[in-house]
Formats: sequence, structure tokens, C-alpha cells
Amino acid sequence: MPPVTYLEAISAGLREEMERDESVFCLGEDIGVYGGAFKITKGFLDDFGENRVIDAPVAESVIIGAAMGAAIMGMRPVAEMQFADFITCGFNQLVNNAAKAHYRWGAAVPLVVRCPSGAIGNAGPFHSQNPEAWFCKVPGLKVVAPATTYDAKGLLKSSIRDNNPVLYFEHKGLYRFPRIREEIPEDDYTVPIGEAAIRREGIDATIVTYGKMVFHSLDAAETLAGEGIETEVIDLRSLLPYDKQAILESVRKTNRLLIVHEDTLTGGFGGEIAAVVAEEAFEHLDAPVRRLAAIDTPVPFSPPLEHYFLPNTEKVTAALRDLLAY
Amino acid sequence: MNVETAPALSDPDLNESGLDDLGLGRDDYRILFLTMRLQREFEERIYRLFRQGRLVGAAYAGAGHEAIAAGSAHALGDADVLVPMHRVIGAHFLRGHTARDMMCQYLGRANGPSAGKDGNMHCGNWDHHIVGMISHLGANIPVTAGVALASKIRGDGAVSLTYIGEGGSSIGDFHEGLNFAAVHRLPMVLIVENNKFAYSTPTRYEYACEHIVDRAQGYGIAGSLVDGTDVRAMYKATRTAVELAREGGGPTLIEARCTRLLGHAQHDDAFYVPKDIIEDGWNNDPVTKTENLLLERQYFTREELDGIKEEVKGIVDDAVDYAEQSPLPEPEEALDGVYAD
Repeated sequence: MPPVTYLEAISAGLREEMERDESVFCLGEDIGVYGGAFKITKGFLDDFGENRVIDAPVAESVIIGAAMGAAIMGMRPVAEMQFADFITCGFNQLVNNAAKAHYRWGAAVPLVVRCPSGAIGNAGPFHSQNPEAWFCKVPGLKVVAPATTYDAKGLLKSSIRDNNPVLYFEHKGLYRFPRIREEIPEDDYTVPIGEAAIRREGIDATIVTYGKMVFHSLDAAETLAGEGIETEVIDLRSLLPYDKQAILESVRKTNRLLIVHEDTLTGGFGGEIAAVVAEEAFEHLDAPVRRLAAIDTPVPFSPPLEHYFLPNTEKVTAALRDLLAY
Repeated sequence: MNVETAPALSDPDLNESGLDDLGLGRDDYRILFLTMRLQREFEERIYRLFRQGRLVGAAYAGAGHEAIAAGSAHALGDADVLVPMHRVIGAHFLRGHTARDMMCQYLGRANGPSAGKDGNMHCGNWDHHIVGMISHLGANIPVTAGVALASKIRGDGAVSLTYIGEGGSSIGDFHEGLNFAAVHRLPMVLIVENNKFAYSTPTRYEYACEHIVDRAQGYGIAGSLVDGTDVRAMYKATRTAVELAREGGGPTLIEARCTRLLGHAQHDDAFYVPKDIIEDGWNNDPVTKTENLLLERQYFTREELDGIKEEVKGIVDDAVDYAEQSPLPEPEEALDGVYAD
């Protein structure tokens, strides 16, 4: 099997699940004849028919709400947000309806919401956001954010097979990222929800990150490796639940922690990690926990503004140097 | 648009099969009347328990909505799905939730349908094909559309029925859900219980068209305007809608007009509702109307109807005793059930 892109891996994972299980179907805007805004479902309409590849009206609340209704009935819907930014229009269905149904009356809601997220260059405030943190404080939801091609497919399969509502954040900047084209197994495989992956081992500092920032973090680690600094890079892969043990073990080893995410700083998921490390690994820290994230503004449009807004390899490298210099 | 009422019978006698013009017989009318009485009696008791400090949480009632609850839910088959709202507890009873179930639910007991995780009529039960409501009005209209979508995809022939108030008809989910159901011709029925007041807000601040059901035309679906105090009319309109949905004819919007006979909830004395509306409402009380109808048609004797009322009182007495003797959940059970396995 030739190397595939992250995007192709998502598409293949979805296709295989639809072939494997008749209860899996897709619902979203422009996913039928157009194949989705990013072409994840290209060809699906021809192959699976309009009963399983359903073009929805421009109405995110009913896309998620109807997916929930079908899920209660035992179907396994995969709803697509055209952009993760639009999930706000379906917020209530997720956080109040789908997330609480099992707790309140025992109804399993095996629902996946795919969310193309992240900044890919001058798409402005409404096509660039990383809204995952809004959902990470909602008991009943699960949240995943794969960074690699292998994980993209394996986590999608796990999400579809999970009996809970899962938000699947797929970073648009990874869709065709040449560096992560890889050969993935032809055999059926899954990546468990809730397990982090150590992308680079180190002893001097830990970076905890996820999504596209994994690669900026790895590049920063590589730069400092030339100076004899060995940085451990942890890719969370899942945010809710997240792999607390992996973080704590790494921090106990390296004694320094930098958290990196593309979402904005205040109220971002990094705050939760920092709090847990402060509570459970304080005695192991040789420096204050440091967070690097997007600045606390909307995602600006114009190139210099967006560049200023986003974390990148240089900013991660600088933050890491600061952390080590403490 | 005329308000649809069940046609008056020229000959009110039951036919040789024991059925009337709607195909309903004594068994049906017994269930309908018992359900309406049970809703009334149960909710009166809930109010009393609230005043006595024996209830947990708030008390709601659907007084004035009993014919909507019973008439509509009676039109469903066993495989159909009910997505109820807070003024149709009678529909819960018709689908299989018992008075004991609902009293335990109201009292936060461990053996209630939501095991104390949620209160009052906020519970579903898959054994009875009941989807639990949430407090966000209208949110379950898209969910009902999704339940109907699953039925359409699987071809299982089930129809989904849900409700909203005229107040809740203002929210975006009303439009999104109904439009989606219309576009995909989903087997779904939406009943708007128009009781004239959304909490304290009169209809003129909720919508500007003459009738909410006028919107059906805009969605390209069937619609009917029904006297929601007439249990026969409610049954007939819902059955027609369910049959249309089952045949692939898509959703129906039913506007059922009634009067909310009490406040929004126990704490609300409804001072803002003009007295004549409340008086007219009680003069047109659906429970009394149904009782009178059954007497006039001689389907039941006075004694039989009194017997049903006594039976209902016994059911509610038993439910209160049972629930009050049932255990509360252990505190740490709060941790259970956040996720499905």
C-alpha cells in the first residue's frame, strides 16, 4: 500500500467503518455529490447511496440533533461540521442533549462529530478556530485530536465504535502535510481513546501538545538537540479523557513542562494540564510550568497578524529555552 | 383555517364490533379517560406534595393538556417512538411508565427511571420507546427528526411523535428540525400545544402569523389545527398524521389549542393571565368534557366512571406510598453512568 495523507487516512477509515457496519452513516453539509468541503467523503454517495450519505440543510443544530436521535436508535452516525468553527451552532445539542442522555436516562449516544479545525493561512476568524476546549469540560463527551496519519484512521475507527458522543478534531493543516504521508496497515486497526503517544524521548524537558503543534514541538526539540538538550514530546491524541499518567511520568523524569496548543491561551486545555501537574507533580518541578498558545484574540486574517497570533517552531523553541534557563 | 374537531356522530351508538366512528371502543375510551384522570390526579398530588415540602425540586402540571397527551399517544403503535414534553405526562403513562415510576422520578429515588440523576418528567426509557426531554425547549425536535431518520434508513415503519409549546415554537430548533424532516420526508409528527402563554408571555409576543400551523405550508408539509381539549379530535388528527408518516408522506405539524389551567409551575399563580381565559378554560376542561361525553354517549355509566376515578386515586395513593418508601440514591452514585460502556 502506497503512503497516504492524513486526509486519505480519515476517508479510508470512514469508508471501512461504513463497509464493516451498516449502522454507520454520514450526515453533513455538501458531503454528498460534492464529497465534502475537504473531500473526505468523495465518492461515498455513489458507493453507499443517499440513505447513508446524507446532505443536510445548512443547519448544524439539526445535523447534530438528528445524529443524536439516530444514535439513540442504534445507528452510528458520523456528522461532519464543514468547519469546526460552525459547531457553535450545534452547541446545545452536544453539551446538553447528547452529552447528558446516558447519565440522565441510560441512552447510549454513539455519535461522532468530525470537526475540521485549525488555521491554514488567512482563513480569518470563522474558518480557523480550535474550539476543542469548550467541550473538554463537558462530562459525557469525548474529545480526540489526532496528529499523525496512522492515528487519524485509528482514532476515527475507535470514535465510531465508541458508545458515546465523540468530537473528532482533524487539523486542516495536516490534511495534505507531506511530512506525515505514511504507509498505514491495510489490516483493521484502532488507536485507543485516552492514550497519549511519546513522539520523542528526552530527559531535560517535556512538551505536552496535540494536533498540528506536535510538529512544531518536534522541530523545536530537534533544534535544541543540536545544543545537547533532550526534550520529550508527548502527543496527547485524546483530550477527554486524557492520559494523565503519561504526562506525570514524563514530568517526574524531566522536571520541566511546556504545554503547547494552537487554541488561544486563556481557558485553553493547557490550563487543565498545568493545574494537574501543579497538584500532583509539584515536588518534581524545577521550573514553573509554561504554556505557549495562540494569543487571546480572535484568529486574525491578514498574514502578519495571523503569524503573530499563532504559535510556531520559533516560538516553541524560544519558550523551551526560557523554560530551561529558569 | 378551521379548528378540526371530531365529527359529531349522528348515531352515537357503537357498531356491532363495539367501535364508534373513529374505530374506538369502550376499551379505548376507558384507557383514554383513565389516562386523563391519572394525569390530573397525579399532578394535583405533585402540587400538594410540593406545598407540604415532601417533593424534591419543582412541580409542573399539564392541567388543560390532558386530551392532547392521551389522544395523541393513543394513536401510536408499540414500535413508534414518543418524545414527550413537560405537559404530557399522560403520554408517559400510556407508553408504559407507571405512576410509581414517575413518582419515584419526581422524588429523586434510586429506582426512578433516571435513578435520581434528573427530576420530574425529564426521563426517557428505551423499553417504552420514550426519549427523555431536556429543559431546552425545542431541542428534541431535531432529535425526533433523527429518530425518524433512523426509521427511514432502516425501513422499520416506526413513526416518531414529539411536542412543543407555542412558546418553544419560536426557537431555531423548531425550524431546523421540522425543515429537515420535511426535506427528507421523515415519519415524524410534531404537535404544538398552544396553551396561550409561554410562562407569562402571551402569543402576540411569540409569533405574528394567525396560527402556528400556517407554517406547515411554508415547510411543504401537512398541517392541522385541532381543538386540543377534545380527546377524540386529538386522537383523530394524530392518527391521520401517523398514518401519513407511515406511508411515506412525511411529517405533519399539528397545532392543538388549549388553555393552561394553572401557572407555568407550582410557584407561579399566573396572575398575568386574564381571569376570563382561565374561567373559559375550566368551563372547557378536557377531563370533565371527556367524562361528560362518555356519559352522554352512554359508553359508561355514572358508576363505572366513578369507579375509574376511584381506581386512579388508588393508583396515585399507591405511587406516593411506594415512592416515599423507596430508597434515595447513595451519594457516590452521582459518579455512575456519565459514559456508556
